[in-house]
Amino acid sequence: MSEPVVWLTIFVLSVFVGIEVISKVSSTLHTPLMSGANAIHGIILLGAIVVTGGADHWFAITIGLIAIVLAAINMVGGFVVTDRMLQMFSTPQRPAARPDGGTERR
Amino acid sequence: MTPTWVQLAYLACAVCFILALKGLSGPRTARAGNLLGAAAAVVACAIPFVHLDLDHVPLILGAIAVGTGVGVLGARRVRMTQMPQMVALFNGVGGGAAALVALLELAHMISVADRLGVDPYNWFVYAATAFTIVVGAVSFSGSAVTFAKLQELMSARPVVFPGLPIAFAVALLAAVALSVLTVTAPALWVGIVLAVLGLAIGVLLVLPVGGADVPIVISLLNAFTGLTVAAGGYVLGSTVLLVAGTLVGAAGTFLTLLMARAMGRSVAHILFGALRGGSTLGAGEASDRPVRSAGPDDVAILLGYASRVIIVPGYGLAVAQAQHTLRELVDVLGARGVGVDYAIHPVAGRMPGHMNVLLAEAQVPYEQLKEMDDINGEFVHTDVVLVVGANDVVNPAARTSPDAPIYGMPILDADHARQIVFMKRSMRPGFAGIENELLFDPKTTLLFGDAKDTLGKLLSAVKAL
Repeated sequence: MSEPVVWLTIFVLSVFVGIEVISKVSSTLHTPLMSGANAIHGIILLGAIVVTGGADHWFAITIGLIAIVLAAINMVGGFVVTDRMLQMFSTPQRPAARPDGGTERR
Repeated sequence: MTPTWVQLAYLACAVCFILALKGLSGPRTARAGNLLGAAAAVVACAIPFVHLDLDHVPLILGAIAVGTGVGVLGARRVRMTQMPQMVALFNGVGGGAAALVALLELAHMISVADRLGVDPYNWFVYAATAFTIVVGAVSFSGSAVTFAKLQELMSARPVVFPGLPIAFAVALLAAVALSVLTVTAPALWVGIVLAVLGLAIGVLLVLPVGGADVPIVISLLNAFTGLTVAAGGYVLGSTVLLVAGTLVGAAGTFLTLLMARAMGRSVAHILFGALRGGSTLGAGEASDRPVRSAGPDDVAILLGYASRVIIVPGYGLAVAQAQHTLRELVDVLGARGVGVDYAIHPVAGRMPGHMNVLLAEAQVPYEQLKEMDDINGEFVHTDVVLVVGANDVVNPAARTSPDAPIYGMPILDADHARQIVFMKRSMRPGFAGIENELLFDPKTTLLFGDAKDTLGKLLSAVKAL
């Protein structure tokens, strides 16, 4: 197999996996799922690090650093905000739960 | 050549991302899935520091620290009601980062080709680079516009001007032409123009989308960024980027279709509907037709002596931060023997599943939240429907008037109940900007006032019964 075809194979298989793993999601979880998937593509941070680490012109380094900041916001912020949402789902589902539970994190 | 252990480590990270998505789609496993994804992302980003001889490490670490700080601060501070725009923002910066990375890589490839005298890269790499630049920029500017719309920095209504479809088509064609040029005669200026065109396309794509459709577009742009990252992974020769990006691209596209189906529309209609029938939009003005209104005491009697009550919560409830008061009211009614459930429309709130998050924040028991298809048959046997801060999701125009922008959207059949009580701040129409016939129904009573304030009065009135 030629090299681009190997990559194409990975791509096509990943498409099917991506659809398959979320095909049974309930609408309750649409928002956290969207947010979690959003955080996963923050992995572009890896690419930004590699490109910046190999740059030698000050302008390229600056652009690379901007990309790193943006990608880190995407990745870290995405995972933290998703966790915050999911935390609320997983608190004990009793009517008599702490009445101030929702306000403490505001 | 990348060492084998690095490749295997990246493979492990890719598998973790698959498991993370799988986990996120089930209520029990969601939190663990998210944490697994986060751990895999951190590990993947640490690997290049170990095996590559990176320059400028202190600067890079500093930039990561800045981004992490901003991200954590934003994620902690944001209110649950503002979640859709936060996701849009995070998504947009990710797309922007991908476009910048691709621009840098293009410059790098050109300089390598210059030095060697021959071009070692095949045309497919250049095509993928062009794709990353354009779509990353689309995602960035498109998300910026959705953010502005949801944050009400600009009108949430569709913005259409004459010539918009032509401008959009021209920008799209120019982007395709320059992408071809990137392949045949790579140059940095072409990449920069492509980025600018991408920014323009993103703005033009999202401007005509309005109201309740905006969150669907966020999901679509999320999928775009995923594909961008996948293409960037190919350009950089990184399998983990390719797999993670493709997963998000595929899952995001599928999720977009699911959400669109829940609203009873096609994605094409959401994106381009406003261009076709510009005049079908609602007036967005308050009406002066007569309605029946009542005070908290009257409504308290209605609720307190009912045997079956259904609550339809909407975004207005969350904006007023009245979920806790509402939950208390439901508890008190429950103690009186009234059967109370919440009817959750799939797009209640500002984004599918958003209302579940908002009510979970107020610790409403999960079993009381009923999905639309499960509860729609029960409205006929219901004494009182209490609509709090919702409007479009109970608007019968979705069934009856083909001209309405929300026509075809499945709605909660609140109009089948014996009595309907609307808690509203004013007679202003909902997010979609159209009048709700249900407000003028003889069975309907209006209770005006701020949701939190009024619910508080209602609560003490019910307690006093």
